[in-house]
Amino acid sequence: MSVDLGLSPDQESIAELFDGFFSNEAPPAVARAAEPLGFDRDLWNKVIELGAPGMGSAPENGGGGASLGDLVVVAETVGRSIAPVPLVDHLAALSVLTDADLVSGEAIAAVAVRPADGNGLWSLVPTGAVADVVIGVDGDETVVVRSTPPMSGPRNHGSMPIADRSAREGTRTVLGSASLFDTVLDRWKLLTAAALVGIADAAKELGVAYVKEREQFGVPVGSFQAVQHGLADLPVAIDGGRLLTHKAAWALDNVTDGLLDWANNDITDGPALATMALLFAADAAVMATDRSLHYHGGYGFAEEYDIQMYYRRARGWSLILNDPTTVSLSLADRLFGSVEG
Amino acid sequence: MDFSLSPEVVEFRDEIRSIVREFVTPEIADRMHTTGVFDAPELNLELGRRGILERACPGLGKGDPIEMYVMFNELEKAGAPYDGLAVALMIAAVVNKLGTDEQKERIIPSIISGEALVCMGYSEADFGSDVASIKTRAVKDGDEWVINGSKMWTTLAQVAEWLILLTRTDLDLPKHKGLTMFILPMSTPGITVEPVHTLGTEITNATWYDDVRVGDEAVLGGENNGWRTMTTVLAFERGVMGGTNAGVPLLRHFHEWAEANGVFDEPTTRERMARSVIDMQVATLLTMRSAWIAASGGMPGLEGSMTKVFAVEAYQRASRWTQATAGPAGLLQFHEEGAAGEGFVEYDARHSPVMSIYGGTTEINRNNIAERHLGLPKSR
Repeated sequence: MSVDLGLSPDQESIAELFDGFFSNEAPPAVARAAEPLGFDRDLWNKVIELGAPGMGSAPENGGGGASLGDLVVVAETVGRSIAPVPLVDHLAALSVLTDADLVSGEAIAAVAVRPADGNGLWSLVPTGAVADVVIGVDGDETVVVRSTPPMSGPRNHGSMPIADRSAREGTRTVLGSASLFDTVLDRWKLLTAAALVGIADAAKELGVAYVKEREQFGVPVGSFQAVQHGLADLPVAIDGGRLLTHKAAWALDNVTDGLLDWANNDITDGPALATMALLFAADAAVMATDRSLHYHGGYGFAEEYDIQMYYRRARGWSLILNDPTTVSLSLADRLFGSVEG
Repeated sequence: MDFSLSPEVVEFRDEIRSIVREFVTPEIADRMHTTGVFDAPELNLELGRRGILERACPGLGKGDPIEMYVMFNELEKAGAPYDGLAVALMIAAVVNKLGTDEQKERIIPSIISGEALVCMGYSEADFGSDVASIKTRAVKDGDEWVINGSKMWTTLAQVAEWLILLTRTDLDLPKHKGLTMFILPMSTPGITVEPVHTLGTEITNATWYDDVRVGDEAVLGGENNGWRTMTTVLAFERGVMGGTNAGVPLLRHFHEWAEANGVFDEPTTRERMARSVIDMQVATLLTMRSAWIAASGGMPGLEGSMTKVFAVEAYQRASRWTQATAGPAGLLQFHEEGAAGEGFVEYDARHSPVMSIYGGTTEINRNNIAERHLGLPKSR
């Protein structure tokens, strides 16, 4: 036990495998073709062959027993490729779900990130359009509902397969109290944060490659200091987001009764760190896509260029839980205690 | 990844914390703000007496960069005046790496005992970021070197025992090649120190060198090797020796005030505070990464640039919103009744601007990142 901030050799292999898989099987054209729904069944079938849907599940349930740190590495590759598969949501749901068809990936699971309303409706569930199983909170219970997916949903900014789902219609199982869901939501925040780091990283690469090629006034636009300085902020935010995400994974996996000592900057509480990672990574992804799009000039605004797909997903993935103020205030409650009264 | 400190480092950290509790008192903070000297000799001596400075110094004792990061992080979070200590330890490390045996014996013990401070003469009135163009001359005269010129921002020169001085020794060589670094006692005849008062209370100095005579024993790292010595100093400094968590004590002071004045229940305040806590955590993780790279045998120069850009702006953001949130109370200075955060809110608003200037400006660091990390063409 001591500080080690590099990926393990296993994690290096996982990153290489998944980055390679997605760049072969899911170049940006695949994400483009899957719009507006944002789901590609054929690609998901290939993800199943890879064993990815159950890689975080316990071996006794047929899973791969991967650590959260490993799953963070995978989620980052999903973000880098913006592959139209619901791997992040599925892996998060499987923190507590163990059904064999979910572990194999034949059935898809979604996380209802906000509680059901009084009528038992989960609104705008990420992956809700294509999921066979949804886990979420209804009243004071954590429930799992198996029902037929609509395979369509409202057209949205991030081209995400979101849809309203019922917490009461279908085969409903009560897993326990609402607090049981915290584990699922923590993991969802963590893996979504990692995916957003991936988006930011890919956007940085796209922007840097473009400004090296594109010439104006007879020189590459990347030789201008104003452009360089805007891009120089990106690796900083990306590395910061990656470290924070991995720290959250480490804490969720290894730390019980973690510290919330913000006054001494000593924080090892997994749930707080997962929310912190989500907020920070969302900002990083928004900034990276914003700047990268901008440095593409007019072409960044053209649909033909890929950066606009990253730009929209950076906002889509980071806002689907809730607006950042609401998320920040929930973090504030955990860090500083709730406001009385 | 593993974010846990080893049991040995935890024990080390706890020892630092207990020293901090005993020695970093409100009186010490008061003294630094009235004298303008950001140094606490009694703290340095205690750290020296317990062997902690030797233990933390790169290349000496244990020389574990993780411990050095922990030490400065603890001092910084506590609001201790550690600037003098950081410079001294950094120079001790450079002397240990590049100095002669005679220099090591003569200089290092005075530093790691916590007795002697070092001031740095690099920048000049006309050369800041472009430090390789400095004009202060050292000319050989028989067995001696004769130094003439002047330096700016020679902080702590009024109390330091040693001076590390960058000079030009060969006018014919390209600007980075004709430099030589010296290390000499501040008591050497011919040195004049004049205070420069700053917005952030700290007093720095302008220093003049009139026919200052030293022997070869003062050359550090070899004749015309000054730039290498300089970059070695920077490599030790960047990112690990504090300067990356300055917002932590500010948030603590602000929170105390905001709680007592009913401001902390405001959602806007809570959101901003939560955001700054995230920033501080990211800043410390980036710092820890530099330490980890150094501990793994690497040179975290580029990562240090990245850390500094982020950490400094995070601190400046925190300073800006805490003062704005405090309103008129954020204008009141130390010891004024009703001052937000006992005056620290106002003080940090004066102190934070310097952080993106000294030790490598944010622009120089962004150039580094653009050129060396992103592979973009040199833009100047």
